[in-house]
Amino acid sequence: MQVPAQVEYEKATSVEHALALLSRYAPGARILAGGHSLIPMMKLRLAQPEVLIDINAITALRYIEPAGGELRIGALARHADLLADSVTGAHFAILHDAERVIADPVVRHWGTIGGSLCQADPSEDLSAAFAALKGSMIIHGPDGSREVSARAFHTGPYQTVVGPDEMLTEIRLPIRLDGGSAYMKVARRIGDWPIGAAGAAVWLTDDGDRIADVGIGLTAVGATHFVAAEAEEFLRGRPASEETFARAGEIAAEHCRPGSDQRGPADYKQHLVRELTARVLRLAVSRARGQAS
Amino acid sequence: MKITVTVNGTDYARVVEPRLLLIHFLRDELRLTGSHWGCDTSNCGACVVWLDETPVKSCTVLAVMVDGRRVTTVEGLPRGGVLDPVQEAFAACHGLQCGFCTPGMIMTARWLLDQNPDPSPGEVREAISGQVCRCTGYENIVRSVLWAAKHHDRAGGDGA
Repeated sequence: MQVPAQVEYEKATSVEHALALLSRYAPGARILAGGHSLIPMMKLRLAQPEVLIDINAITALRYIEPAGGELRIGALARHADLLADSVTGAHFAILHDAERVIADPVVRHWGTIGGSLCQADPSEDLSAAFAALKGSMIIHGPDGSREVSARAFHTGPYQTVVGPDEMLTEIRLPIRLDGGSAYMKVARRIGDWPIGAAGAAVWLTDDGDRIADVGIGLTAVGATHFVAAEAEEFLRGRPASEETFARAGEIAAEHCRPGSDQRGPADYKQHLVRELTARVLRLAVSRARGQAS
Repeated sequence: MKITVTVNGTDYARVVEPRLLLIHFLRDELRLTGSHWGCDTSNCGACVVWLDETPVKSCTVLAVMVDGRRVTTVEGLPRGGVLDPVQEAFAACHGLQCGFCTPGMIMTARWLLDQNPDPSPGEVREAISGQVCRCTGYENIVRSVLWAAKHHDRAGGDGA
């Protein structure tokens, strides 16, 4: 029987209230959102907070809305909300691709976007997707709010730039035209963490022939900040062709550092990176050209 | 701390430890043992109940988190002593063998049919993909849910 250790519990009713509670109890406090990562960690004593600050009552943090040329996602939006949102689907196919393979439908009802990001599991899918989309995170603290690039949000496995008296409140994604995106994951079974996964966001030149800008995110394969930076650098300005996609896959595989574990050996994971990177680029370009859904 | 929860339409006030999981609150405090406590890791889905209107895995929710909210368990599905069509379907189609996964399967299936009254076999499989059955190979579970969709007017309840 797995039960968490003794813990105190506070229910926050607003962001300000949550921040006040964090200030009072930090560093022994943890924000509790969906709890689908934190509660299992507490059962295993991998996390042992002294105080839980439940933010589920802050309904103002549960939203997905376009504003100012961006899509803004409240930290308390559930995975199921993102998967059901049509604006997300229209502009960011990569997010619907990823959400379809995150955990299972029942877990997606309760798990939150902000919680997934703050858990910072190296195998978590959205971190790579948001890195590919070059999004940013809004973090609130005692001195106000700050905006951090999705590519600077994670500082290591299970570590982020969010301080002990701060909380993530929003994710922002720039809505850019002429783009397409995709995410693909290989897992041992439905709902499992990936053996390896890749996501790409591609923006084409006006003639549709060349890659104007690109973001590539990699999950669970030891990519720094979940990004395939060298492959992105190679792709900029090149023709959107099969040869280019294949070479980008090779570069991405060369520069990631997966470990061997129960999900597979490192060389197999690098093979996945090579193949999945090429595939997501192909699909993202095809979506950018309006040829695939 | 003291919590008040509406379970299957009845209000319950209890004093609980913050670390108490919802599944243990339901089974041990309220003696509603229809919901099963399975893997403890939010993988198997035997503990699925509804929190307000959506299915959740109650081994990964704290009882204090549902203070002031509504919970529905498999005991809450029959109306006036008449089984919900999904419950009837699992009997009619042999949708269970050992029965351990059944309460969770039924709660998710009922939710699916409320959202999508005429699902395809693929949609049924997708809906229950976070739930494990070690007996049936899922064939008869899928068959049961499809049977319930066809016979939604069989039971007297308003669940269909």
